[in-house]
Amino acid sequence: MTVTAAAIAVRGLVSRRGPAVILDGIDLAFASGEVTAIVGPNGAGKTTLLRHLAGLDVPAAGQVELRGQPLGSLGPAIRAWSIAYLPQAASAYWPLRARDLVALGRLPHGADLSRPTNTRDSEAVQRALHRVDGLRLAERPIDTLSQGERARMMMARALATEAAVLLADEPVASLDPAYALETMGILRAEAARGACVIVVLHDLGLAARFADRIVVLANHKVAADGPPAMALAAGVIDAAYGVTFRHVTVDGVPQPVAWERRDNY
Amino acid sequence: MNRWLLLLVAMLYLVSLAVGPAWWPWRLGTEVGWTIVWELRVPRATLGMLIGGVLGLSGAVLQGWLRNPLAEPGVIGVSACAGFAAVCAFYSGLAAAFVLALPLAGIAGAALAVALLMGAVRAGTGTVSLLLMGVAINAIAAALISLVLALSPNPFAYQEISLWLAGSIVDRDLRYLAIAAPFMILGAAIVLGAGRWLDALSLGEDTARSLGADTRSLGLRLTLGVGLMVGAATSVAGVVGFVGLIAPHLVRARVAFRPGATLVPSMLVGAALVLGADIVVRLLPTASELQLGVFTSLVGAPFLVRAVRKAHAAWLAT
Repeated sequence: MTVTAAAIAVRGLVSRRGPAVILDGIDLAFASGEVTAIVGPNGAGKTTLLRHLAGLDVPAAGQVELRGQPLGSLGPAIRAWSIAYLPQAASAYWPLRARDLVALGRLPHGADLSRPTNTRDSEAVQRALHRVDGLRLAERPIDTLSQGERARMMMARALATEAAVLLADEPVASLDPAYALETMGILRAEAARGACVIVVLHDLGLAARFADRIVVLANHKVAADGPPAMALAAGVIDAAYGVTFRHVTVDGVPQPVAWERRDNY
Repeated sequence: MNRWLLLLVAMLYLVSLAVGPAWWPWRLGTEVGWTIVWELRVPRATLGMLIGGVLGLSGAVLQGWLRNPLAEPGVIGVSACAGFAAVCAFYSGLAAAFVLALPLAGIAGAALAVALLMGAVRAGTGTVSLLLMGVAINAIAAALISLVLALSPNPFAYQEISLWLAGSIVDRDLRYLAIAAPFMILGAAIVLGAGRWLDALSLGEDTARSLGADTRSLGLRLTLGVGLMVGAATSVAGVVGFVGLIAPHLVRARVAFRPGATLVPSMLVGAALVLGADIVVRLLPTASELQLGVFTSLVGAPFLVRAVRKAHAAWLAT
Protein backbone atom coordinates (compact mmCIF):
# COMPACT_ATOMS: atom_id res chain seq x y z
CA MET A 1 0.00 0.00 0.00
CA THR A 2 1.62 3.23 -1.14
CA VAL A 3 0.81 6.71 0.12
CA THR A 4 -0.72 7.82 -3.17
CA ALA A 5 -3.17 4.92 -3.15
CA ALA A 6 -4.63 5.98 0.20
CA ALA A 7 -8.30 6.87 0.08
CA ILE A 8 -7.93 8.71 3.37
CA ALA A 9 -4.97 9.28 5.66
CA VAL A 10 -3.97 11.08 8.85
CA ARG A 11 -0.55 12.74 9.14
CA GLY A 12 0.95 13.59 12.50
CA LEU A 13 -2.52 13.91 13.97
CA VAL A 14 -2.64 15.39 17.46
CA SER A 15 -5.99 15.79 19.18
CA ARG A 16 -6.55 17.58 22.48
CA ARG A 17 -9.60 18.00 24.64
CA GLY A 18 -8.77 20.80 27.01
CA PRO A 19 -5.37 19.97 28.51
CA ALA A 20 -5.77 16.23 27.85
CA VAL A 21 -4.08 14.73 24.80
CA ILE A 22 -6.43 12.21 23.16
CA LEU A 23 -4.34 11.34 20.11
CA ASP A 24 -0.62 11.96 20.07
CA GLY A 25 0.96 12.01 16.63
CA ILE A 26 -0.94 9.42 14.60
CA ASP A 27 0.17 8.52 11.06
CA LEU A 28 -2.10 6.14 9.19
CA ALA A 29 -3.16 5.65 5.59
CA PHE A 30 -6.24 3.66 4.60
CA ALA A 31 -6.64 2.00 1.23
CA SER A 32 -9.76 1.52 -0.87
CA GLY A 33 -11.20 -1.98 -0.96
CA GLU A 34 -10.04 -2.84 2.55
CA VAL A 35 -11.76 -3.22 5.89
CA THR A 36 -9.63 -1.74 8.65
CA ALA A 37 -10.67 -2.41 12.24
CA ILE A 38 -9.61 0.05 14.92
CA VAL A 39 -9.42 -1.62 18.32
CA GLY A 40 -8.04 -0.71 21.70
CA PRO A 41 -9.06 -0.16 25.30
CA ASN A 42 -11.65 2.41 26.37
CA GLY A 43 -10.28 5.93 26.21
CA ALA A 44 -7.54 5.06 23.71
CA GLY A 45 -8.98 7.56 21.24
CA LYS A 46 -10.73 5.26 18.75
CA THR A 47 -13.89 7.35 18.46
CA THR A 48 -11.83 10.56 18.36
CA LEU A 49 -9.76 9.18 15.48
CA LEU A 50 -12.94 8.34 13.59
CA ARG A 51 -14.38 11.83 14.25
CA HIS A 52 -11.21 13.38 12.84
CA LEU A 53 -11.44 11.15 9.77
CA ALA A 54 -15.04 12.33 9.35
CA GLY A 55 -13.95 15.96 9.60
CA LEU A 56 -16.06 16.55 12.71
CA ASP A 57 -13.14 17.59 14.95
CA VAL A 58 -10.33 19.99 14.14
CA PRO A 59 -6.83 18.58 14.85
CA ALA A 60 -4.56 20.43 17.27
CA ALA A 61 -1.70 19.52 14.93
CA GLY A 62 -1.29 17.47 11.77
CA GLN A 63 -4.05 16.89 9.27
CA VAL A 64 -6.45 14.47 7.62
CA GLU A 65 -6.05 13.98 3.88
CA LEU A 66 -8.74 12.80 1.53
CA ARG A 67 -7.06 11.40 -1.61
CA GLY A 68 -4.05 13.54 -0.85
CA GLN A 69 -6.03 16.75 -0.25
CA PRO A 70 -6.20 18.26 3.23
CA LEU A 71 -9.73 17.61 4.52
CA GLY A 72 -9.93 21.08 6.07
CA SER A 73 -9.52 22.70 2.65
CA LEU A 74 -12.45 20.80 1.13
CA GLY A 75 -15.94 22.19 1.61
CA PRO A 76 -18.61 20.38 3.66
CA ALA A 77 -20.37 19.29 0.47
CA ILE A 78 -17.37 17.39 -0.96
CA ARG A 79 -16.57 15.93 2.45
CA ALA A 80 -20.15 14.69 2.88
CA TRP A 81 -20.16 13.27 -0.62
CA SER A 82 -16.91 11.32 -0.06
CA ILE A 83 -17.16 10.19 3.55
CA ALA A 84 -20.12 8.44 5.16
CA TYR A 85 -20.10 8.41 8.96
CA LEU A 86 -22.14 6.12 11.20
CA PRO A 87 -21.81 7.25 14.83
CA GLN A 88 -21.93 5.01 17.86
CA ALA A 89 -25.49 4.17 19.01
CA ALA A 90 -26.95 6.17 16.11
CA SER A 91 -30.49 7.31 16.76
CA ALA A 92 -33.13 9.63 15.33
CA TYR A 93 -35.09 12.27 17.20
CA TRP A 94 -38.33 11.77 15.27
CA PRO A 95 -40.17 8.55 14.37
CA LEU A 96 -39.32 8.91 10.69
CA ARG A 97 -40.37 6.33 8.14
CA ALA A 98 -37.46 3.92 7.55
CA ARG A 99 -37.25 4.82 3.88
CA ASP A 100 -37.05 8.54 4.69
CA LEU A 101 -34.34 7.84 7.25
CA VAL A 102 -32.28 5.98 4.66
CA ALA A 103 -32.94 8.74 2.11
CA LEU A 104 -31.17 11.19 4.45
CA GLY A 105 -28.00 9.49 3.22
CA ARG A 106 -28.71 11.08 -0.16
CA LEU A 107 -28.60 14.67 1.15
CA PRO A 108 -24.94 15.02 0.02
CA HIS A 109 -26.17 14.25 -3.49
CA GLY A 110 -28.69 17.07 -3.31
CA ALA A 111 -31.77 15.10 -2.28
CA ASP A 112 -34.53 16.86 -0.33
CA LEU A 113 -37.09 14.80 1.58
CA SER A 114 -39.75 17.45 1.02
CA ARG A 115 -39.49 17.11 -2.75
CA PRO A 116 -40.08 14.10 -4.99
CA THR A 117 -36.87 12.04 -5.13
CA ASN A 118 -35.14 11.61 -8.47
CA THR A 119 -34.51 8.15 -9.91
CA ARG A 120 -30.82 8.06 -8.99
CA ASP A 121 -31.55 8.80 -5.34
CA SER A 122 -34.46 6.40 -5.02
CA GLU A 123 -32.39 3.64 -6.65
CA ALA A 124 -29.54 4.26 -4.23
CA VAL A 125 -31.98 4.10 -1.30
CA GLN A 126 -33.41 0.88 -2.67
CA ARG A 127 -29.91 -0.62 -3.07
CA ALA A 128 -28.97 0.36 0.47
CA LEU A 129 -32.17 -1.15 1.86
CA HIS A 130 -31.47 -4.31 -0.11
CA ARG A 131 -27.91 -4.57 1.21
CA VAL A 132 -29.09 -4.56 4.80
CA ASP A 133 -32.00 -6.85 3.96
CA GLY A 134 -34.39 -4.13 5.07
CA LEU A 135 -36.76 -3.77 2.13
CA ARG A 136 -39.67 -5.27 4.01
CA LEU A 137 -39.23 -2.72 6.82
CA ALA A 138 -38.95 0.27 4.50
CA GLU A 139 -42.42 1.71 5.03
CA ARG A 140 -42.48 1.36 8.83
CA PRO A 141 -41.84 4.22 11.25
CA ILE A 142 -38.52 3.54 12.94
CA ASP A 143 -39.97 3.68 16.45
CA THR A 144 -41.84 0.45 15.65
CA LEU A 145 -38.59 -1.37 14.77
CA SER A 146 -36.50 -3.46 17.15
CA GLN A 147 -33.10 -2.16 18.16
CA GLY A 148 -31.37 -4.50 15.73
CA GLU A 149 -33.66 -3.49 12.87
CA ARG A 150 -33.14 0.17 13.67
CA ALA A 151 -29.35 -0.31 13.66
CA ARG A 152 -29.70 -1.88 10.23
CA MET A 153 -31.61 1.13 8.95
CA MET A 154 -28.94 3.45 10.34
CA MET A 155 -26.36 1.37 8.48
CA ALA A 156 -28.47 1.61 5.32
CA ARG A 157 -28.55 5.39 5.77
CA ALA A 158 -24.74 5.44 5.74
CA LEU A 159 -24.58 3.05 2.75
CA ALA A 160 -27.06 5.12 0.74
CA THR A 161 -24.49 7.90 0.37
CA GLU A 162 -22.36 5.39 -1.61
CA ALA A 163 -19.29 7.27 -0.44
CA ALA A 164 -15.70 6.26 -1.14
CA VAL A 165 -14.97 6.13 2.59
CA LEU A 166 -17.27 4.48 5.14
CA LEU A 167 -16.62 5.12 8.83
CA ALA A 168 -18.56 3.06 11.38
CA ASP A 169 -18.18 3.54 15.14
CA GLU A 170 -18.98 0.31 16.99
CA PRO A 171 -21.77 -0.73 14.64
CA VAL A 172 -22.20 -4.05 16.45
CA ALA A 173 -22.06 -2.71 20.02
CA SER A 174 -25.59 -3.66 21.05
CA LEU A 175 -26.39 -6.34 18.50
CA ASP A 176 -26.90 -10.05 19.03
CA PRO A 177 -24.46 -12.46 17.31
CA ALA A 178 -26.64 -12.95 14.24
CA TYR A 179 -27.02 -9.21 13.60
CA ALA A 180 -23.34 -8.67 14.42
CA LEU A 181 -22.21 -11.23 11.83
CA GLU A 182 -24.62 -9.80 9.29
CA THR A 183 -23.34 -6.26 9.90
CA MET A 184 -19.72 -7.33 9.47
CA GLY A 185 -20.70 -9.12 6.26
CA ILE A 186 -22.28 -5.88 4.98
CA LEU A 187 -19.06 -3.97 5.72
CA ARG A 188 -17.01 -6.62 3.88
CA ALA A 189 -19.33 -6.35 0.88
CA GLU A 190 -18.81 -2.57 0.84
CA ALA A 191 -15.04 -3.07 0.75
CA ALA A 192 -15.48 -5.62 -2.05
CA ARG A 193 -17.30 -2.87 -3.96
CA GLY A 194 -14.19 -0.70 -3.59
CA ALA A 195 -15.03 1.38 -0.54
CA CYS A 196 -12.46 2.17 2.11
CA VAL A 197 -14.12 0.82 5.25
CA ILE A 198 -12.87 1.85 8.69
CA VAL A 199 -14.69 0.38 11.65
CA VAL A 200 -14.19 0.78 15.41
CA LEU A 201 -14.74 -2.54 17.16
CA HIS A 202 -14.56 -3.89 20.69
CA ASP A 203 -14.91 -7.52 19.67
CA LEU A 204 -11.39 -8.69 18.75
CA GLY A 205 -12.72 -12.00 17.43
CA LEU A 206 -14.97 -10.26 14.89
CA ALA A 207 -12.14 -7.90 13.98
CA ALA A 208 -9.79 -10.83 13.32
CA ARG A 209 -12.36 -12.58 11.16
CA PHE A 210 -13.62 -9.71 9.05
CA ALA A 211 -10.85 -7.11 8.86
CA ASP A 212 -7.98 -7.07 6.39
CA ARG A 213 -6.02 -4.93 8.75
CA ILE A 214 -6.19 -4.11 12.43
CA VAL A 215 -4.94 -0.91 14.06
CA VAL A 216 -4.47 -1.20 17.82
CA LEU A 217 -4.68 2.13 19.61
CA ALA A 218 -3.37 2.33 23.16
CA ASN A 219 -2.20 5.24 25.28
CA HIS A 220 -3.18 7.70 22.52
CA LYS A 221 -0.74 6.14 20.03
CA VAL A 222 -0.73 3.34 17.46
CA ALA A 223 0.44 0.25 19.36
CA ALA A 224 0.21 -2.12 16.41
CA ASP A 225 -0.89 -1.99 12.79
CA GLY A 226 -1.06 -4.90 10.40
CA PRO A 227 -2.93 -8.03 9.42
CA PRO A 228 -4.92 -9.65 12.25
CA ALA A 229 -2.36 -12.37 13.03
CA MET A 230 0.28 -9.73 13.57
CA ALA A 231 -1.72 -6.95 15.26
CA LEU A 232 -3.41 -9.34 17.68
CA ALA A 233 -0.20 -11.16 18.64
CA ALA A 234 0.33 -11.94 22.30
CA GLY A 235 2.99 -9.36 23.02
CA VAL A 236 0.94 -6.55 21.49
CA ILE A 237 -2.59 -6.73 22.81
CA ASP A 238 -1.70 -8.05 26.26
CA ALA A 239 0.25 -4.87 26.91
CA ALA A 240 -2.27 -2.63 25.15
CA TYR A 241 -5.25 -3.84 27.17
CA GLY A 242 -3.45 -4.75 30.39
CA VAL A 243 -5.07 -8.16 30.11
CA THR A 244 -3.65 -11.62 29.62
CA PHE A 245 -5.30 -13.12 26.54
CA ARG A 246 -5.65 -16.81 25.73
CA HIS A 247 -4.67 -17.04 22.10
CA VAL A 248 -6.92 -19.53 20.38
CA THR A 249 -6.95 -20.11 16.64
CA VAL A 250 -10.19 -21.18 14.95
CA ASP A 251 -10.01 -22.20 11.28
CA GLY A 252 -6.70 -20.38 11.02
CA VAL A 253 -8.14 -17.12 12.41
CA PRO A 254 -6.77 -15.83 15.71
CA GLN A 255 -9.53 -15.47 18.31
CA PRO A 256 -8.00 -13.89 21.40
CA VAL A 257 -10.00 -14.44 24.56
CA ALA A 258 -9.55 -12.01 27.43
CA TRP A 259 -8.69 -14.18 30.40
CA GLU A 260 -7.22 -12.30 33.31
CA ARG A 261 -6.45 -8.73 34.30
CA ARG A 262 -2.78 -8.03 34.53
CA ASP A 263 -2.26 -6.02 37.71
CA ASN A 264 1.41 -5.29 37.28
CA TYR A 265 1.65 -4.05 33.73
CA MET B 1 -52.72 18.99 1.96
CA ASN B 2 -51.19 22.42 1.33
CA ARG B 3 -53.86 23.24 -1.24
CA TRP B 4 -56.67 22.58 1.23
CA LEU B 5 -54.92 24.55 3.94
CA LEU B 6 -54.48 27.47 1.57
CA LEU B 7 -58.18 27.35 0.80
CA LEU B 8 -58.99 27.29 4.52
CA VAL B 9 -56.78 30.32 5.16
CA ALA B 10 -58.41 32.19 2.27
CA MET B 11 -61.90 31.44 3.61
CA LEU B 12 -61.02 32.49 7.14
CA TYR B 13 -59.47 35.67 5.77
CA LEU B 14 -62.72 36.58 4.06
CA VAL B 15 -64.77 35.76 7.16
CA SER B 16 -62.38 37.89 9.20
CA LEU B 17 -63.13 40.83 6.89
CA ALA B 18 -66.83 40.35 7.49
CA VAL B 19 -67.09 39.81 11.25
CA GLY B 20 -67.28 42.61 13.76
CA PRO B 21 -69.60 45.22 15.28
CA ALA B 22 -70.60 46.04 11.71
CA TRP B 23 -71.22 42.80 9.81
CA TRP B 24 -70.48 42.61 6.09
CA PRO B 25 -69.34 46.26 6.07
CA TRP B 26 -68.97 46.32 2.27
CA ARG B 27 -72.68 45.70 1.92
CA LEU B 28 -73.41 49.07 3.50
CA GLY B 29 -72.38 50.42 0.12
CA THR B 30 -71.32 53.64 1.76
CA GLU B 31 -67.99 55.31 2.16
CA VAL B 32 -68.05 54.41 5.87
CA GLY B 33 -68.45 50.74 5.00
CA TRP B 34 -65.44 50.75 2.73
CA THR B 35 -63.43 52.72 5.27
CA ILE B 36 -64.17 49.99 7.82
CA VAL B 37 -63.01 47.36 5.36
CA TRP B 38 -59.80 49.08 4.32
CA GLU B 39 -58.78 50.86 7.52
CA LEU B 40 -59.83 48.28 10.10
CA ARG B 41 -60.64 44.86 8.73
CA VAL B 42 -57.96 44.42 6.07
CA PRO B 43 -55.05 45.37 8.36
CA ARG B 44 -56.49 43.20 11.12
CA ALA B 45 -57.06 40.13 8.95
CA THR B 46 -53.74 40.51 7.14
CA LEU B 47 -51.83 40.93 10.40
CA GLY B 48 -53.64 37.93 11.86
CA MET B 49 -52.75 35.83 8.85
CA LEU B 50 -49.10 36.92 8.80
CA ILE B 51 -48.60 36.66 12.56
CA GLY B 52 -50.21 33.23 12.68
CA GLY B 53 -48.15 32.14 9.70
CA VAL B 54 -44.82 33.23 11.14
CA LEU B 55 -45.64 31.85 14.60
CA GLY B 56 -46.59 28.46 13.13
CA LEU B 57 -43.48 28.49 10.96
CA SER B 58 -41.26 29.56 13.87
CA GLY B 59 -42.64 26.73 15.97
CA ALA B 60 -41.88 24.21 13.22
CA VAL B 61 -38.37 25.65 12.72
CA LEU B 62 -37.55 25.67 16.44
CA GLN B 63 -38.91 22.15 16.93
CA GLY B 64 -36.92 20.78 14.02
CA TRP B 65 -33.77 22.66 14.92
CA LEU B 66 -33.81 21.93 18.64
CA ARG B 67 -35.14 18.42 17.91
CA ASN B 68 -37.86 18.87 20.45
CA PRO B 69 -41.65 18.90 20.03
CA LEU B 70 -42.09 21.29 22.96
CA ALA B 71 -40.05 24.12 21.51
CA GLU B 72 -42.30 27.08 20.80
CA PRO B 73 -41.60 30.83 20.78
CA GLY B 74 -44.01 31.50 23.67
CA VAL B 75 -43.18 28.50 25.85
CA ILE B 76 -39.40 28.88 25.71
CA GLY B 77 -39.26 32.63 26.21
CA VAL B 78 -38.61 33.98 22.72
CA SER B 79 -41.85 35.96 22.64
CA ALA B 80 -41.37 37.19 26.21
CA CYS B 81 -37.88 38.42 25.41
CA ALA B 82 -39.17 40.18 22.30
CA GLY B 83 -41.97 41.66 24.42
CA PHE B 84 -39.50 43.01 26.97
CA ALA B 85 -37.38 44.60 24.26
CA ALA B 86 -40.50 46.17 22.75
CA VAL B 87 -41.59 47.52 26.16
CA CYS B 88 -38.14 49.08 26.53
CA ALA B 89 -38.56 50.71 23.14
CA PHE B 90 -41.91 52.18 24.30
CA TYR B 91 -40.54 53.51 27.54
CA SER B 92 -37.31 54.91 26.26
CA GLY B 93 -39.34 56.95 23.82
CA LEU B 94 -37.47 55.37 20.95
CA ALA B 95 -40.66 53.92 19.55
CA ALA B 96 -42.18 57.40 19.32
CA ALA B 97 -39.05 58.99 17.90
CA PHE B 98 -38.25 56.39 15.29
CA VAL B 99 -40.92 54.28 13.66
CA LEU B 100 -38.80 51.17 13.12
CA ALA B 101 -37.50 51.12 16.70
CA LEU B 102 -40.35 48.93 17.93
CA PRO B 103 -39.98 46.04 15.47
CA LEU B 104 -36.18 46.27 15.56
CA ALA B 105 -36.19 46.04 19.36
CA GLY B 106 -38.57 43.08 19.20
CA ILE B 107 -36.36 41.34 16.66
CA ALA B 108 -33.22 41.91 18.74
CA GLY B 109 -34.95 40.55 21.85
CA ALA B 110 -36.22 37.46 20.04
CA ALA B 111 -32.83 36.75 18.43
CA LEU B 112 -31.09 37.08 21.81
CA ALA B 113 -33.46 34.52 23.34
CA VAL B 114 -32.98 32.09 20.45
CA ALA B 115 -29.20 32.37 20.74
CA LEU B 116 -29.33 31.69 24.49
CA LEU B 117 -31.54 28.65 23.89
CA MET B 118 -29.24 27.27 21.24
CA GLY B 119 -26.34 27.63 23.66
CA ALA B 120 -28.29 25.63 26.24
CA VAL B 121 -29.06 22.90 23.74
CA ARG B 122 -25.43 22.72 22.58
CA ALA B 123 -23.99 22.54 26.07
CA GLY B 124 -26.69 20.59 27.83
CA THR B 125 -28.83 17.56 27.80
CA GLY B 126 -31.71 18.22 25.45
CA THR B 127 -35.26 18.72 26.61
CA VAL B 128 -34.54 19.42 30.25
CA SER B 129 -31.95 22.12 29.66
CA LEU B 130 -34.02 23.61 26.84
CA LEU B 131 -37.14 23.94 28.97
CA LEU B 132 -35.21 25.15 32.02
CA MET B 133 -33.54 27.79 29.88
CA GLY B 134 -36.97 28.73 28.54
CA VAL B 135 -38.35 29.02 32.08
CA ALA B 136 -35.39 31.19 33.05
CA ILE B 137 -35.78 33.49 30.04
CA ASN B 138 -39.53 33.77 30.61
CA ALA B 139 -39.01 34.58 34.28
CA ILE B 140 -36.30 37.16 33.64
CA ALA B 141 -38.28 38.82 30.85
CA ALA B 142 -41.45 38.91 32.98
CA ALA B 143 -39.55 40.37 35.94
CA LEU B 144 -37.89 43.01 33.81
CA ILE B 145 -41.21 43.96 32.21
CA SER B 146 -42.72 44.32 35.70
CA LEU B 147 -39.76 46.44 36.73
CA VAL B 148 -40.15 48.77 33.76
CA LEU B 149 -43.90 49.03 34.40
CA ALA B 150 -43.33 49.72 38.11
CA LEU B 151 -41.00 52.56 37.20
CA SER B 152 -43.63 54.00 34.91
CA PRO B 153 -44.94 57.33 36.18
CA ASN B 154 -48.18 57.01 34.22
CA PRO B 155 -50.92 54.52 35.24
CA PHE B 156 -52.58 54.71 31.84
CA ALA B 157 -49.40 53.68 30.10
CA TYR B 158 -49.19 50.80 32.55
CA GLN B 159 -52.62 49.54 31.56
CA GLU B 160 -51.99 50.10 27.90
CA ILE B 161 -48.78 48.08 27.95
CA SER B 162 -50.35 45.25 29.97
CA LEU B 163 -53.16 44.92 27.46
CA TRP B 164 -50.75 45.10 24.57
CA LEU B 165 -48.57 42.38 26.07
CA ALA B 166 -51.57 40.08 26.41
CA GLY B 167 -51.60 39.88 22.65
CA SER B 168 -54.08 41.51 20.32
CA ILE B 169 -54.45 42.73 16.77
CA VAL B 170 -57.39 45.08 17.44
CA ASP B 171 -57.03 48.59 16.02
CA ARG B 172 -53.77 47.93 14.24
CA ASP B 173 -53.95 50.15 11.19
CA LEU B 174 -52.08 49.87 7.90
CA ARG B 175 -49.09 51.62 9.43
CA TYR B 176 -48.41 48.66 11.75
CA LEU B 177 -48.83 46.29 8.87
CA ALA B 178 -46.36 48.25 6.75
CA ILE B 179 -43.77 48.27 9.54
CA ALA B 180 -43.98 44.61 10.52
CA ALA B 181 -44.88 42.74 7.34
CA PRO B 182 -41.54 43.15 5.52
CA PHE B 183 -39.63 41.75 8.49
CA MET B 184 -41.98 38.81 8.88
CA ILE B 185 -41.83 37.97 5.17
CA LEU B 186 -38.04 38.32 5.12
CA GLY B 187 -37.71 36.03 8.15
CA ALA B 188 -39.96 33.43 6.55
CA ALA B 189 -37.96 33.57 3.32
CA ILE B 190 -34.75 33.03 5.28
CA VAL B 191 -35.92 29.89 7.07
CA LEU B 192 -38.11 28.25 4.43
CA GLY B 193 -35.12 26.95 2.45
CA ALA B 194 -33.54 25.27 5.47
CA GLY B 195 -35.87 22.26 5.48
CA ARG B 196 -33.40 19.65 4.29
CA TRP B 197 -30.91 20.55 6.98
CA LEU B 198 -33.65 20.28 9.59
CA ASP B 199 -34.26 16.79 8.19
CA ALA B 200 -30.55 16.01 8.57
CA LEU B 201 -30.61 17.26 12.17
CA SER B 202 -33.10 14.56 13.10
CA LEU B 203 -30.01 12.30 13.20
CA GLY B 204 -28.22 14.62 15.63
CA GLU B 205 -25.72 17.38 15.05
CA ASP B 206 -22.66 15.21 14.28
CA THR B 207 -24.40 13.10 11.67
CA ALA B 208 -25.99 16.20 10.16
CA ARG B 209 -22.53 17.69 9.78
CA SER B 210 -21.25 14.47 8.22
CA LEU B 211 -24.10 14.82 5.70
CA GLY B 212 -22.87 18.25 4.73
CA ALA B 213 -24.82 20.53 7.07
CA ASP B 214 -22.86 23.61 8.10
CA THR B 215 -24.45 23.74 11.54
CA ARG B 216 -22.85 27.03 12.52
CA SER B 217 -24.15 29.02 9.57
CA LEU B 218 -27.45 27.17 9.81
CA GLY B 219 -27.70 28.28 13.45
CA LEU B 220 -27.09 31.90 12.52
CA ARG B 221 -29.57 31.70 9.68
CA LEU B 222 -32.34 30.20 11.81
CA THR B 223 -31.65 32.57 14.72
CA LEU B 224 -31.94 35.52 12.36
CA GLY B 225 -35.06 34.15 10.67
CA VAL B 226 -36.93 33.26 13.86
CA GLY B 227 -35.77 36.53 15.43
CA LEU B 228 -37.17 38.55 12.52
CA MET B 229 -40.47 36.66 12.49
CA VAL B 230 -41.22 36.44 16.22
CA GLY B 231 -39.71 39.84 16.98
CA ALA B 232 -41.78 41.62 14.33
CA ALA B 233 -44.94 39.68 15.23
CA THR B 234 -44.57 40.39 18.95
CA SER B 235 -43.82 44.05 18.43
CA VAL B 236 -47.18 44.64 16.70
CA ALA B 237 -49.39 42.07 18.41
CA GLY B 238 -47.85 41.34 21.80
CA VAL B 239 -47.45 37.77 22.96
CA VAL B 240 -49.70 35.34 21.09
CA GLY B 241 -48.75 32.04 22.65
CA PHE B 242 -49.05 28.38 21.73
CA VAL B 243 -49.76 28.82 18.02
CA GLY B 244 -46.21 27.68 17.28
CA LEU B 245 -46.72 24.64 19.46
CA ILE B 246 -50.06 23.53 18.09
CA ALA B 247 -49.52 24.11 14.37
CA PRO B 248 -46.59 21.70 13.85
CA HIS B 249 -48.35 19.15 16.08
CA LEU B 250 -51.39 19.12 13.86
CA VAL B 251 -49.39 18.49 10.70
CA ARG B 252 -46.45 16.35 11.83
CA ALA B 253 -48.02 12.90 11.56
CA ARG B 254 -49.45 13.80 8.14
CA VAL B 255 -45.98 14.45 6.73
CA ALA B 256 -44.45 11.31 8.30
CA PHE B 257 -42.55 13.39 10.90
CA ARG B 258 -40.12 14.90 8.40
CA PRO B 259 -39.09 18.20 10.03
CA GLY B 260 -38.52 19.97 6.71
CA ALA B 261 -41.92 18.95 5.38
CA THR B 262 -43.69 20.44 8.43
CA LEU B 263 -42.59 24.00 7.62
CA VAL B 264 -45.09 25.12 4.98
CA PRO B 265 -48.15 23.31 6.40
CA SER B 266 -47.31 24.62 9.89
CA MET B 267 -47.23 28.13 8.50
CA LEU B 268 -50.64 27.69 6.89
CA VAL B 269 -52.16 26.05 9.98
CA GLY B 270 -50.73 28.85 12.14
CA ALA B 271 -52.33 31.45 9.89
CA ALA B 272 -55.66 29.60 10.06
CA LEU B 273 -55.45 29.27 13.85
CA VAL B 274 -54.84 32.97 14.49
CA LEU B 275 -57.42 34.09 11.92
CA GLY B 276 -59.91 31.69 13.51
CA ALA B 277 -59.07 32.73 17.07
CA ASP B 278 -59.34 36.39 16.12
CA ILE B 279 -62.81 35.72 14.67
CA VAL B 280 -63.88 33.82 17.80
CA VAL B 281 -62.82 36.61 20.19
CA ARG B 282 -65.00 38.99 18.18
CA LEU B 283 -67.98 36.65 18.45
CA LEU B 284 -67.64 35.80 22.16
CA PRO B 285 -70.25 37.67 24.22
CA THR B 286 -67.72 39.33 26.54
CA ALA B 287 -68.16 42.92 27.72
CA SER B 288 -64.89 44.02 26.18
CA GLU B 289 -63.28 41.91 23.53
CA LEU B 290 -61.10 39.09 24.90
CA GLN B 291 -57.40 39.50 24.16
CA LEU B 292 -56.26 37.26 21.31
CA GLY B 293 -53.18 36.07 23.24
CA VAL B 294 -55.34 35.24 26.26
CA PHE B 295 -57.62 33.17 24.09
CA THR B 296 -54.82 31.25 22.34
CA SER B 297 -53.22 30.52 25.72
CA LEU B 298 -56.50 29.32 27.22
CA VAL B 299 -57.01 26.95 24.32
CA GLY B 300 -53.34 26.17 23.76
CA ALA B 301 -52.07 25.45 27.26
CA PRO B 302 -54.13 22.26 27.65
CA PHE B 303 -52.65 21.27 24.32
CA LEU B 304 -49.17 21.63 25.79
CA VAL B 305 -50.17 19.45 28.73
CA ARG B 306 -51.43 16.81 26.32
CA ALA B 307 -48.29 17.07 24.19
CA VAL B 308 -46.06 16.57 27.21
CA ARG B 309 -48.02 13.54 28.31
CA LYS B 310 -48.11 11.97 24.88
CA ALA B 311 -44.55 12.90 23.97
CA HIS B 312 -42.57 10.03 22.63
CA ALA B 313 -40.49 8.47 25.42
CA ALA B 314 -37.35 8.91 23.34
CA TRP B 315 -38.02 12.61 22.87
CA LEU B 316 -38.12 13.25 26.58
CA ALA B 317 -35.17 11.01 27.30
CA THR B 318 -32.85 12.88 24.97
